[in-house]
Amino acid sequence: MLKEILKMSVDNIVHNKTRSFLTILGIVIGVGSIIALMLMGDGATSSIQSQLSGLGGNKLTVSITGTPIKSGLSEQDLQGMATLNNVTAVSPSTSARSSVVYGDTAKKNVSIAGRSYSFFEADSSLLKAGRGLSRLDIENRSHVALLGSNLTMELFGNKSPVGANITLGGREFLVVGALASSGGFSFSSLDDSVVVPYNTAERALGGTRVNSIDVFFTEGSPVTEVKAALKVRLTTVFDGRNDVFSIFNQQDMLDMMETVTATMTMLLAGIAAISLLVGGIGIMNMMLVSVTERTNEIGLRKSLGAEPLHIMLQFLIEAVIICLLGGFLGIILGGLLAYAGSLLIGFEFAITAFPIILAFGFSVAVGLIFGIAPARKASNLNPIDALRYV
Amino acid sequence: MSALLSLANICKSYAMGEEEYEVLHDVNLTIERGELISIFGPSGSGKTTLMNIIGCLDVPTSGEYVLDGTLVADLEPRQLARIRNKKIGFVFQNFQLLPRLNTFSNVELPLIYSGLKAAERRQRVLGMLELVGLSHKAESFPNQLSGGQQQRVAIARSMVTEPSIILADEPTGALDQKTGQQIMDLFRQFNQAGRTIIMITHDPIVAAIAKRTVRILDGRLSEEGGAINAKRDTEDVCR
Ligand SMILES: Nc1ncnc2c1ncn2[C@@H]1O[C@H](COP(=O)(O)OP(=O)(O)OP(=O)(O)O)[C@@H](O)[C@H]1O
Ligand SMILES: [Mg+2]
Repeated sequence: MLKEILKMSVDNIVHNKTRSFLTILGIVIGVGSIIALMLMGDGATSSIQSQLSGLGGNKLTVSITGTPIKSGLSEQDLQGMATLNNVTAVSPSTSARSSVVYGDTAKKNVSIAGRSYSFFEADSSLLKAGRGLSRLDIENRSHVALLGSNLTMELFGNKSPVGANITLGGREFLVVGALASSGGFSFSSLDDSVVVPYNTAERALGGTRVNSIDVFFTEGSPVTEVKAALKVRLTTVFDGRNDVFSIFNQQDMLDMMETVTATMTMLLAGIAAISLLVGGIGIMNMMLVSVTERTNEIGLRKSLGAEPLHIMLQFLIEAVIICLLGGFLGIILGGLLAYAGSLLIGFEFAITAFPIILAFGFSVAVGLIFGIAPARKASNLNPIDALRYV
Repeated sequence: MSALLSLANICKSYAMGEEEYEVLHDVNLTIERGELISIFGPSGSGKTTLMNIIGCLDVPTSGEYVLDGTLVADLEPRQLARIRNKKIGFVFQNFQLLPRLNTFSNVELPLIYSGLKAAERRQRVLGMLELVGLSHKAESFPNQLSGGQQQRVAIARSMVTEPSIILADEPTGALDQKTGQQIMDLFRQFNQAGRTIIMITHDPIVAAIAKRTVRILDGRLSEEGGAINAKRDTEDVCR
């Protein structure tokens, strides 16, 4: 009999095409936005993950706020950190802004990234042409520079910049290398920057003191111990204050980013869920109208032997079918939106099972929750009152 | 064997604002299996109200109704639905066909709720349409049928489950004499097969066909030729 009741429900949905379509649309929008946001959230998370894990796991990142008297680390401080157990290298960063001139091309307010030789030792894929910074460059505070990929393109076109002289903030610098493009979306992209020795940036170009250091340690050494030792050292450097710097490792960073994106995703999906709620109210409204319209039919069916359960199922199935249709179309719509978004922003795009299962579950739940009251109303109608209703 | 159904001191009143409006007054009626009985009375006398009570569609305000040995008041909505499906066939005064379904599907409706398989339903419905002479209208919708044809669809629907009781409210009301006669013959055949037919009518000619006629007037029942309902004057029966 279930088959016949199912047919009755489908017949009614088909009969009221426009009304059903509009109600389905409400669900499509709700489910679609949930799916789109969740998939985009997933995509963002996995993009961030692959970006960060590309940076290597045997590294601690120290960032320093500093005190009024001591805003960054000195040469000696850095050397002290490099002598700690298990530490293989420290790679300090400074930053500045300055104009860049090559021939008749000038660019103002270019970001200058001060780095050390260890920055290039840690990641050989950084270089596209020429050489990285050397120990000597640092010791001599040489006026040498490496150009980011976008900047190379702007100043040199397709020619190699290696060996050319450029002017940074009025001083002459020798270009010793060109950086590879980091491609797409990245926090730490140097595509538009000039890399110079960190102490050159600090002194000659009026950059910041050293306030961000990557500390590399031997593969497999205990992270927590290295971190603790580093903390002790830095606390001494800052006269006993341990609240003016922070030490992250790769995992901390990953965890934090994941928490942030997950929270954002849940928040946005929660907002999207409200539109699903509105869709559900749409269903309830439609079903209530339908029950009233069909009061006479319900009475007749009951007088011919339909049990309350049969009537209830007829209406409940109708609501659930509408929600499932809406859910199905919503998943497609949401998938397309997320795909478009991934192309636009440069996320990774992957269909994951969880949002789809969740969306289907939600749609069925919405159908049941908002369908049950109208269906009960229908099934509780007194046959004689219903028959007499015109 | 006990009677098919018996109504004892049945009263039915409707609330009209503050007032109670009494439609049935102390009705007593016993119907045996296989009877062909007509309930005959003028418009507004309470015939349809009585039929609804007999058909388990409505409940009396007071009094006892026993159908097939069970007290109807004790039954759940689900059980009442099964009784209406299996034991009772209704022919409503205003036909009550579903406008969205064609003739075939309208007649098929009660069989769906009996849980019959599609093939079996089809066979029964086609047989029934043949019997009422509407085989050629199986695909037509109610609004494409004449009043008489609609009435025949309603009659086919009432008989298709082979119920033990047929409750027909003005079954020949919309029919010409010849078709009316055919329908009456159909009822008679059905009756000869051992089924009980309760016909409700205000037409004395139709009433005369029945073996037994009960008169109803202003909600009071009296047996044709017999004494008027005994408790007629006791006013405190209904409350
Ligand atoms: N739901 C109701 N509420 C109030 N009064 C009602 C209701 N149903 C029926 N009545 C009244 O009960 C009386 C009997 O109605 P009923 O339909 O039983 O008459 P009937 O004998 O079938 O008449 P007809 O031959 O015209 O069909 C009428 O006066 C009617 O107004
Ligand atoms: Mg009537």
